[in-house]
Amino acid sequence: MKNIITLMLVVLFGWLVTAPMMVQADDREFSVILDGLKKKSFTEKFSVIEKLEEVGDERALKVFNYMLEGDLFYEKLAPNRIVFAEKVEDGLAIFEVLGGQSLGVVSKRALKKIKVNNKLRGKLRRAIAKLSLNHKDPDVRRDAVRAIFKNVDAIALPLLTERLSVETEEKVRDAIEVGIALSEIESDDKQVRLKAINVLGDSLESEARSALLPLVVKDETGKYLLQDREILTAALKSVSRINAKLEYNSWAETLYFGLSLGSVLLLAAIGLAITFGVMGVINMAHGELIMIGAYTTYVVQLMMPNHIEYSLLVAVPTAFIVAGLVGIAIERGVIRFLYGRPLETLLATFGISLILQQLARTIFSPLNRSVETPAWMSGTFEINSALALTYNRFYIIIFSLLVFAALLLILKKTSLGLHVRAVSQNRTMARAMGIRSGRVDALTFGLGSGIAGIAGVALSQLTNVGPNMGQAYIIDSFMVVVFGGVGNLWGTLVAAMSLGVVNKVLEPWAGAVLAKILVLIFIILFIQKKPRGLFPQRGRAAEH
Amino acid sequence: MENRSFIMNLLANDIAARWFLSALLTLGIVVPFCNLMVPQDSWFHVSTYTVTLLGKYLSYALLAIALDLVWGYCGILSLGHAAFFALGGYAMGMYLMRQIGDRGVYGNPELPDFMVFLNWSELPWYWTGFDMFWFAMLMALLVPGLLAYLFGWLAFRSRVTGVYLSIITQALTFALLLAFFRNEMGFGGNNGLTDFKEILGFNLQSDGTRAGLFISTVLFLGLGYLVSRYIVSSKMGRVVVAIRDAEDRTRFVGYKVESFKLWIWVFSAMLAGIAGALYTPQVGIINPGEFSPLNSIELVVWVAVGGRGTLIGAVIGAVVVNFAKTFFTAAAPEIWLFFLGALFIFVTIFMPYGIMGVIKNLTQRKSQRVHKAPADEAA
Repeated sequence: MKNIITLMLVVLFGWLVTAPMMVQADDREFSVILDGLKKKSFTEKFSVIEKLEEVGDERALKVFNYMLEGDLFYEKLAPNRIVFAEKVEDGLAIFEVLGGQSLGVVSKRALKKIKVNNKLRGKLRRAIAKLSLNHKDPDVRRDAVRAIFKNVDAIALPLLTERLSVETEEKVRDAIEVGIALSEIESDDKQVRLKAINVLGDSLESEARSALLPLVVKDETGKYLLQDREILTAALKSVSRINAKLEYNSWAETLYFGLSLGSVLLLAAIGLAITFGVMGVINMAHGELIMIGAYTTYVVQLMMPNHIEYSLLVAVPTAFIVAGLVGIAIERGVIRFLYGRPLETLLATFGISLILQQLARTIFSPLNRSVETPAWMSGTFEINSALALTYNRFYIIIFSLLVFAALLLILKKTSLGLHVRAVSQNRTMARAMGIRSGRVDALTFGLGSGIAGIAGVALSQLTNVGPNMGQAYIIDSFMVVVFGGVGNLWGTLVAAMSLGVVNKVLEPWAGAVLAKILVLIFIILFIQKKPRGLFPQRGRAAEH
Repeated sequence: MENRSFIMNLLANDIAARWFLSALLTLGIVVPFCNLMVPQDSWFHVSTYTVTLLGKYLSYALLAIALDLVWGYCGILSLGHAAFFALGGYAMGMYLMRQIGDRGVYGNPELPDFMVFLNWSELPWYWTGFDMFWFAMLMALLVPGLLAYLFGWLAFRSRVTGVYLSIITQALTFALLLAFFRNEMGFGGNNGLTDFKEILGFNLQSDGTRAGLFISTVLFLGLGYLVSRYIVSSKMGRVVVAIRDAEDRTRFVGYKVESFKLWIWVFSAMLAGIAGALYTPQVGIINPGEFSPLNSIELVVWVAVGGRGTLIGAVIGAVVVNFAKTFFTAAAPEIWLFFLGALFIFVTIFMPYGIMGVIKNLTQRKSQRVHKAPADEAA
């Protein structure tokens, strides 16, 4: 009950504060007010800005921004509209103020700039701050607060306090509190100062840290410059709190990067885990099957240029089929003559990989092709101001786990999977039981290749698509499979993720190249210790 | 004593060896002669470019022999043998770098140009001694040898075999590739070592030096062949072949498989180092690209094409494939990879014993047909 009353009070109070600003103005009235800006006199413009500020909506905010940037013009000839303008190659591209439709490109001389002086600029900045602080989108409000972090002055402070009293969104409140604390950290009132220091200690904004650091500066003898013990202790506490949080966040970020690298490795290696691990075929053309998947994505996007959003959904099955068919062709054409001679499959498939690379070069040119990223995959997910995670990596982690789960299901729960395992464990016996081993071989290889193709779709979102892209992954993929233990899918998962994370953990202090070298050396040494990988196969199947 | 009688024996009993050695001898005499003595406009003149090219092929041939020793005879498929070759090449390259002296772009008498460029004030410790030829050559042997010893000691003792061994040799050369790309390593980074001026006081650009290098390559190839031949026909060689065919059985019979493997592995790595040291002055550059896994795999193909398990086959394979490469990359670059790829597939499926296998087949067909299907040899 009490909560409801509080809520009602807040709403009522909010309405009281904002009501005067919310003068409803339809587009025609708005245009009339706007036209006042054409006047030469700065005083008149000032009053127009005040009127617009009272309208206080999206339209006004946009006008203010353009005006401040000097991009607001009006046409010299009829209909003398006020327009937004953007510089393009041959003149200025102009847009309607209301609605934002393009009005074409005109020469500079057809327009007259709406000039502003310093007084107006100050007015505009305050108006923008005020309007965006009261914007309906909480993200815009928070960004507005952040924008004034750098100088929370006498004008901004009351705006912040005013907004804080009505703000309900938690993250905006936090930002505002930091903003207020930033202005109060040099306050003469000790209690206010202590409180500000305390508030800043909870924030991860970079301004908070840089405002605190001057308080804990030492002189040459190692003594703190700040005399006041109490404030010094509070500042030290706040700084160490921030540092601890930053460190924690940077570890989280490293872990995230590591997992995303790991899932890339997993995607690249998991097809190989089938062809190499289950069938014992060293498929050096695996990287090129990934490449085929990536090029398939490229072609799919070429064929549906207006539906890039859905292109990946189409590309995944297409790439699976294309790469899978190529894989089956490779198996039927070359590999089936070489079973039981793993080192020779290595040579033959390496030949295939050279041919496929050259084929890509001939068809698509040696240059890299760019594959577009759909909008839903770009952007970042902000956890706090020190930690932002990109969506594409997130999707790839999820995607790789899905592929892994699907593959595991196929191998464990379908009759194809049963046949695959039977043939890989004892070919002769499986044949004696009536399994057509040739067909199973072809399908298994097709499955492994198809998954390589799917990996190609995912990788096309991270790296360049070119004839050499397969080469970049082949060695890593082999390392992952061997490290995890040949013939063991779970081993591949663990190996991929741990190698990914280790690589990213080493990177900050060793550099990317040295980290990679260290990982390679680690694998070489690890294989000495456990020649059959992390999770070796046991029993009879392990003998071959 | 033993050695001479071995050679006599070889020449008397092995037709292929006789042919090969005489061909090598002829090449070593005729090519430099036709280059230096025959006037340029004569039809018989061999250009310096050709001499250098042939020298390059022959140093590759020596490398192929090195790989054939471990792969063809011992069944260890190394996908990183080019690493030992490149290390030998770098040792020679470091000597040649020091010989430049103050004739570099920056004119620093002590430091090679790339170190001056990186603002280094003194030579790193591992560059000391490389101004002496004998030391550099010793290193061209020792560095690949030691690396191979360390690597082999670890790998063979833990019984890492087959595919696993192949993959970790690939990891080794890949790690070295990445390491040598780093500027901080002090080996010239991306650009490698180049701009050599002279070797042992002889100008590297002159025809005479080129011919001299060619002759030494021929000599070392002949010597490398003889020693390898001696090893494979010795008792040790027989044990090595036994290890290839049935490792466990050999172990149960009582041989110490690990040490046999280790010694042939280390010897092979040193041979590859010599090949690298011969390669660098003739080509005039050594860079990290030599470490690339692709090079090692191409090397395996030379041996496969020529016929593994036959030393002469390795030589023939190296020369034939590289000749084809030179020809195709000049005539039709886009065809080269198609051709090379098709060659890989064709040879592994249809010519498991390579060119030598085909020759053997043809000569034996007269008396009787003894062509067994290629058995599970490489596994």
